[in-house]
Amino acid sequence: MNITLRMAWRNLWRHKRRTWLTVGAMIFSNLLLVFMISLQFGSYRMMIDNTLKTYTGHLQVQQKKYNDDQKMRNSFDNIIALTKKLRTQLNSNKIAARGIAFAMTSSATRSYGLQLIGVEPEFEPNISNLPGLVRQGHYFSANDAQEIIIGRVLARNLDVTIGDELTLLGSGLDGSFSAGVVKVAGIFETGNNDIDRSMAQLPLGYFQSLFSMHKQGHNIAIVADSLAQVNTLQNTVSDLIADRKELVVLDWNKLQPGLKQAIQADIASAWFMYAVLIVLVAFSVLNTQLMSVLERTREFGTMMALGVKPLRLGSLIISEAFIMSSLGLLIGVALGTATAYYMSIEGFAYPGLEEMAVKFNMSDRIYPEVSLLSIFIGPGIVFLSSLLASVYPAVRLFFLHPVSAMRAV
Amino acid sequence: MSSIICKDLCKTFQQGEEIITGLNQVSISIEKGDFVCLSGPSGSGKTTLLNAIGGLDKPDSGEIIIGGIRIDNLGKGALADMRLHNIGFVFQAYNLIPVLTARENVEFVMQVSGMPTSERAEKSMKILKEVGLEGMEERRPAQLSGGQQQRVAVARAIVSQPTLILADEPTANLDSVTASQLMGLFVELNQHHNVTFVISTHDVRVMKYAKRLIRMEDGKIIADESQ
Amino acid sequence: MSQHTKALLPSMVIFTLAWRNLWRNHRRTLIMLSAITVGVWAMIFMTSLLRGMVDDMLYNGIRHLPGEVQIHQHNYRDDPSINNSMSPPEAKLLTALNMPIVKAWTSRIKVPAVIASERDSRGVILLGVDPQSEVKLGFDLDSISSGRFLQGVNDNGIVIGAKLAERLETRLGKRVVIMSQDPDNNIADRGFRVVGIYRGKLASQEEMNVYAGLQTLQKMLKLGNQISEIAITAEDYRNTHQWFSTIENATEAPQQAMPWYEADSYLSTMMVTMDGFVLVWIVVVFMTLSFGLVNTLIMAVFERTREIGLMQSLGMRPALILYQILIESFLLLLIGLVAGNLMALLTIIPLKDGIDISEVAQGMEMMGNSSVLYPALKMKDMLMANAIVIVLGLLTSLLPAWHASRLNPVEALSRN
Repeated sequence: MNITLRMAWRNLWRHKRRTWLTVGAMIFSNLLLVFMISLQFGSYRMMIDNTLKTYTGHLQVQQKKYNDDQKMRNSFDNIIALTKKLRTQLNSNKIAARGIAFAMTSSATRSYGLQLIGVEPEFEPNISNLPGLVRQGHYFSANDAQEIIIGRVLARNLDVTIGDELTLLGSGLDGSFSAGVVKVAGIFETGNNDIDRSMAQLPLGYFQSLFSMHKQGHNIAIVADSLAQVNTLQNTVSDLIADRKELVVLDWNKLQPGLKQAIQADIASAWFMYAVLIVLVAFSVLNTQLMSVLERTREFGTMMALGVKPLRLGSLIISEAFIMSSLGLLIGVALGTATAYYMSIEGFAYPGLEEMAVKFNMSDRIYPEVSLLSIFIGPGIVFLSSLLASVYPAVRLFFLHPVSAMRAV
Repeated sequence: MSSIICKDLCKTFQQGEEIITGLNQVSISIEKGDFVCLSGPSGSGKTTLLNAIGGLDKPDSGEIIIGGIRIDNLGKGALADMRLHNIGFVFQAYNLIPVLTARENVEFVMQVSGMPTSERAEKSMKILKEVGLEGMEERRPAQLSGGQQQRVAVARAIVSQPTLILADEPTANLDSVTASQLMGLFVELNQHHNVTFVISTHDVRVMKYAKRLIRMEDGKIIADESQ
Repeated sequence: MSQHTKALLPSMVIFTLAWRNLWRNHRRTLIMLSAITVGVWAMIFMTSLLRGMVDDMLYNGIRHLPGEVQIHQHNYRDDPSINNSMSPPEAKLLTALNMPIVKAWTSRIKVPAVIASERDSRGVILLGVDPQSEVKLGFDLDSISSGRFLQGVNDNGIVIGAKLAERLETRLGKRVVIMSQDPDNNIADRGFRVVGIYRGKLASQEEMNVYAGLQTLQKMLKLGNQISEIAITAEDYRNTHQWFSTIENATEAPQQAMPWYEADSYLSTMMVTMDGFVLVWIVVVFMTLSFGLVNTLIMAVFERTREIGLMQSLGMRPALILYQILIESFLLLLIGLVAGNLMALLTIIPLKDGIDISEVAQGMEMMGNSSVLYPALKMKDMLMANAIVIVLGLLTSLLPAWHASRLNPVEALSRN
C-alpha cells in the first residue's frame, strides 16, 4: 500500500496545475461549507435562544388540554406547591409558575384588551429576560403587590407612566366578574414592538386573587442549562409529575412549533444549495481522474504487461483521489475554521440583517458556532463524494487490454 | 525575394541540467532558387537552423536577412505573417490538423490569409489533384497513410505559392517509393516555379537530389559542397 | 484592407476548429457540459424558489397593510386607536386617489376591540370596511368557507376567521358581542350575527381580523363619518414610488401618507437583500464550476501543444490562437447554458401550482409566508445568471487561452 501511495503522490505532481485546480475546487467548497454551516448553527441557536428566553423557556408543565385550547378554565391546581417541589427535586431555580388571563385594561384615557400574565417575581427573572429589560421603575416588589409591568409602546398608547393607575376588567376562573386597580411599577423595552405593545405582567399572588384562581395556574416554565439537555430534563420532569394524570410536560418544539419548522425549512434549502456545490466538485474530480487515466493508457498497458494487476492500478487511481481529497479537506477545513472562528468572536453581519434583527428580536450580528459537527460535516461529504467519483475511472482499468493499450497514442 | 543570409548565428538550449549548443557562429548565404540539403547527425543543429530561418526561433545572437529584410528582430506577429505568405513548412510528422479534412488542411492557410471561398476551393482541389490525392479530399488525416499525409502537407505548403519551403526530415517516415515521389514533387517545384528549398535530412536518398549539400556537426557548418 | 485586419477575419475556420476540437475528447466535454448544465440549472431553480418566497412574503405583507400606500392620522401608527381617527378624503385627495395608475382604494375603520361569545372572549382587530372596494384591496372572496362576505357598508353582520370561531366556540348564525371604545373613552358595544367565516393565508391574521360594515361601525362607535385609514393599491408593488408623491402632496396635516416600503421596512429590506443573495449564489456556483472549466481548457491546450506549434509555423498569429481557444470555451459555455436554462424551465413550469410545504407551515408563517411555495421565474434573474456565466466564463478562459497563444513554437513542435 505504501508504494501505491508514493506513486500516487508523484503522479499527482506530474501535472501540478491540474492537481491544484482540482484540489482548489475542493478547498473553495470546503471553506464555504465550513463557514456557512457554522453560521447556520450559530444563527439557529440565536433564534431559539432569543425566542425562548423572552417568555417560553425550554419546557412547560401544563394541563394537557391547554396547548391546543388556551382557555382560562384549562388550568391546573396547586401550581405553586408543584413548582416548589420541582425546584427541590431538580435542584434548580430556573423554574417559575404562571397564570394567564384576558382583561380589558384601562387608563384614564384609553382601554385595551390585553393578555395578562401572572408571574412569580422571585423566579421569573431566571426564566425570562424581560424583568432585566425594565428600563423605568422596577420589577415587582412583592408577590401580592397590586402592581403591573407593561411595555414602552403600551405605556405610551395608554398614556401612563410609573405610578399611574390602570383598571383591569375581566372574568375569573369561575366565570365571575373580576375587577381590580393596579399601579404601573415598571416599564420594559425589549426592542420588539409587538412585545412592547402587548405584554403585561402581574405578580402571581395578586393575579390569583384577582381572577379567583385560588391555587390554580396555567403553566410552569423550566429553563435547562443547555439546549442539549432539554430531552433528558423533559423525561425527568415527566417522571416527577407522573402522579398527576391531568398534567403533561411539553418541550419548546411543541410550544413554538413555528420555530423548529422555520429552522427545518432553512436547513432544507441550505442543504439543497450545498448539495449542488458538492455535486459540481464531484464532477470536477471525475473529469480529472478520467482524463488522467485515459492519457496514461499506454503506461498502464505497459505496467499490466509487466504483471501488475488491474486491482493495483485501480487502487492507484483511488489513492490519487484520496490524496487530493485529503488535501482539499485539510486545507479547506483549516481555512474555513479560521474564518468561522474569527467571525464567532467578531460577529458576522450583512445588509438586511439589522432590520431582521429588530423584527425577530435577535442581535444584529450572527456568531457562527464552531463545533466538530459544523466543521467536518460539509467537507466530509465532499471527501466521500470525491472518492466515489473516482470509482468509475478506476473501474475502467479492468477493461483495459495491455497490448492495445500499449499501442494507443 | 528569398535570398537568405545568416550571419554568425548563435543559439544555446537548456535541457534539464545541461546546456546544449544549437548553433555556433553559423553563417550561410542561400540564393533564390537554390535546392539546399542540410545534413548531419542528430543534435548537429540542422533543425535549429531551419527554425531560425523560418522565424520560429530567435537566435541568441547574429543576423538573419531574408529577401533583404532583417527578420531576427521582428515581432511575433510580423514573423507569423511572413510564414503565412512567404514560407511553407513541411515536417517529418504531425503536419496536419487532425480535426480538419485534407482539403480543409490545404485551405487553412488561404482562409487565414482571407482568400474568398470560391477561389480557395478551386485552388485546393487543383493542388490535391496535382499531388495525386484526387478523391481523398474529404478524408481526415487519421484516414490517410503516412505518405498521403505528407502529400497533403506538401500541397498545403505550396498552395499559397511561397517563395521558400523549409522541410525538416520530410521523408523520415516514408517508404522508398513514396519518398522518391515526394522528392520528385520538390524538384519539380524548384525547377519550374523557382521555389527555394532548404531541406534538413539524414536520408541519403534525399541528399542525392540536392544541388548544394551542407554538412553540420555540433552546431557548426563543416562542409558546403555544390553538386 | 490591411494585412492585420485580413488575418483577423477568417472566423469561419476558427469556428470550425473550435467546434471540432471541442468534440475531440467527447467524454471530457460531456462531463464538463453536464457540470455546467447542473450549475446553471441550480442557479436559476434556486433563485426562482427564493424569489417565490420573497414575492409571497411581500404579497402577504402588503395585503396585510393593506395596499401599497396607506393614509392615517399621523399619530395612528404608534397608537392605532379610535382617538386617532381622521376625516374622509376631500376634493384634492379624491382627485389624487382617482389617478388612472391607482387600481383601487378604500376607507376603513381599524380599531382594537374585544369579541365575546357565550363561551369566551378575545382581543381582536375590528375592521369596518366597504366590501366592494375591500375586495379590490386584497380580501379574497374565495377565502369565505361558510356563509358570505359583507354585502354593503351597512351590513349588520360580522365576518370572522375560522380559527377565531373555533376559539370562541361559536359558528355561523350565532350572536357575538363586540366591545370597543368610542372617542370619548366610553365603552361602545353591540351585538352582531356571524354571517360569514373565512380561512386566511396566515393563521395569525385569521384569529385577529374581524370584518363589519363601515357605516355600521361608524354608528356604533359614534364616529360620524370619520375613518381610521385609507388604503390604496396599484397592484404592482414595484412601481409605488412613481405615484406615491402625488398622493403625498394631496395629503394635508394631520393626515399622513406612507408607502409600504416605509411602513414595513423589513419587507423592502428583504427585497434588496434577496437581490444581493441571488447574485452571491450565482457567483458561488460559477466559481465552483470555474475550477473545472479552467482545468478542462488547460488539458485541451496541453494535448494540442504540437498542433498549436504547427499552426504557428503555418503563420497563425498569436491572437488567432487565443480566439480559437476562447471560442471553444464560449461554445462549451453556450451549450451548457442552453441545456441548463432548458432544464430549469422544464423543472419550474410543472411546479407553477406551487410546492406544498404545509409540513413547515407554522415556521413559514413566522416569516410571513404561506404554506404553498410558488417558484417565481424572473427574466432579470435568468439574464443575470446567463450573463455572469458567459462573461466570467470567458474571463477565466483568458488565462489558458493566452497561455496557448504565447507558446514557443519550437518547444511546442518538439512536444509529443
